[in-house]
Amino acid sequence: MEEIKLSAHNLNLFFGKKQILKNVNIDFIKNQVTSLIGPSGCGKSTLLRTFNRMHDLSPEAKIEGTLKLENLNIYDKKNSVTEIRKRIGMVFQKPNPLPKSIYENLSYALKIHNFPKNEIPQLIEKALKESYLWDEVKDEFKKPAVKLSGGQQQRLCIARTVVLRPEVILMDEPCSALDPISTRKIEDLILILKKDYTIVIVTHNMQQAQRISDKVAFMYLGELIEFNTSENIFKQPQKDLTKNYVNGHFG
Amino acid sequence: MIKKIKYFFNWILLLGSTLLVCLILGVILWDIFSKGRSAVSWDFISQFPTNGMTKGGILPAIVGTLLLTFITTIFAVPFGVACAIYLNEYARPSVLTNIIRASIRNLAGIPSIIYGLFGLALFVQALHLGTSVLSAGLTLGLLSLPYIITTTEEALKRIPNSMREATLALGATQFETIKDVVVPKALPGILTGVILTMSRAAGETAPILFTGVAFYINGISASPNQEFMALPYHLYMLSTQHQAIEQVRPLAYGTASVLILLVFILNIIAFYIRFKHRTQE
Repeated sequence: MEEIKLSAHNLNLFFGKKQILKNVNIDFIKNQVTSLIGPSGCGKSTLLRTFNRMHDLSPEAKIEGTLKLENLNIYDKKNSVTEIRKRIGMVFQKPNPLPKSIYENLSYALKIHNFPKNEIPQLIEKALKESYLWDEVKDEFKKPAVKLSGGQQQRLCIARTVVLRPEVILMDEPCSALDPISTRKIEDLILILKKDYTIVIVTHNMQQAQRISDKVAFMYLGELIEFNTSENIFKQPQKDLTKNYVNGHFG
Repeated sequence: MIKKIKYFFNWILLLGSTLLVCLILGVILWDIFSKGRSAVSWDFISQFPTNGMTKGGILPAIVGTLLLTFITTIFAVPFGVACAIYLNEYARPSVLTNIIRASIRNLAGIPSIIYGLFGLALFVQALHLGTSVLSAGLTLGLLSLPYIITTTEEALKRIPNSMREATLALGATQFETIKDVVVPKALPGILTGVILTMSRAAGETAPILFTGVAFYINGISASPNQEFMALPYHLYMLSTQHQAIEQVRPLAYGTASVLILLVFILNIIAFYIRFKHRTQE
């Protein structure tokens, strides 16, 4: 039975007068990887960032529609945004470790959410092992995180998200700044993480979308054009626009 | 060929201007230090002025300037930094914030004597603080605020948004993000601005003229409601107001040397912080 974890219903988003998202309806299924694909400027990153309310920072952004995490209304005023972001984690395009040590990068989120002090070391170890970073950093916790390689930094950012045990992980082109080997490691990691988390990932890389996703959503000019299983989207797309895009005719 | 000559000529012109500026600066420094050298000694910086200020040292002026700068700093830095954080992190772009920002930029351009008059009216008279090191420090604080706000805001602007998003996405509040990531990362830039502003405030004469600086005091007091002596004013007085100007000329140059050294030390510290920060990145 497929259980809906995260959903958007009749979502419209405006930046000032410009409409970026047009009546988007989409459901993300628990423990699946869903890829958002589409040409630059189609609104896929914008859609991703609506779910953890990252647009709260932009005063000109106006959002209409209903977004839900299970039964929780994400934009309901009485729900705390920090609690929602704890349950919906995010990994960004460029690795953005905090200007602190490797250990502090992981302990920070636990501290601000008041996890008991004595549990923190185990939680950190677990998150680092899950992110396949443990063996590489276990002897240098005190090292500044920025000294790690780009791929390691991105896995640290994933570990930093995972350490809070979120329910959903949003990933905004997490491999676009990385070399093929690091990319591979992150893709493998995503496939392992989906056992415990619901993952939504924005990607420009068609092969990557095929390798890792259960479902694929194709967006164009702010609209959700087609949303189906990965196989259907890549093998038998229903719409010409989708077909042209996944075959590399534009984008 | 003509192009080459033109290029060479331009190069010489630019280099010449640079050298000329350095030369002028060098001559000024050499003039002051060579004439002040005979006056500067341990006694000069550790003793009170004696014999109608024709002999002795400038200890109270040094202590006064340090105390004054200290009061200026503890007043101006918290307000200035807080204001910059508000403007850069919280304030939404609007006509009002633009007016606030433009006003702050304009305040930085107001002649310092105006601050002196304002300090006299507000602190000395309206708030009954009297002519005191507190009044003078607060006046200098007002003068320093726009500089601290501007430099702090520039330092905060240089922190990329991805840094803020990193902690916000973990469920940190905006305040936690500012306290734990933005300000620590901007701290070297903020400190540099603060120190340079302090060194500028330490050399100001006009704002303290009406608000608390004294011609002469015969004791050192750390109490903020006392009048005080300050290096820049002492120098002004020795150079133009003294009854035996020729006789105290070396003392004037000595005072100038000490003031320059003090400011120089502050600038070196600022330079060091910036350098250390750069090599860390």
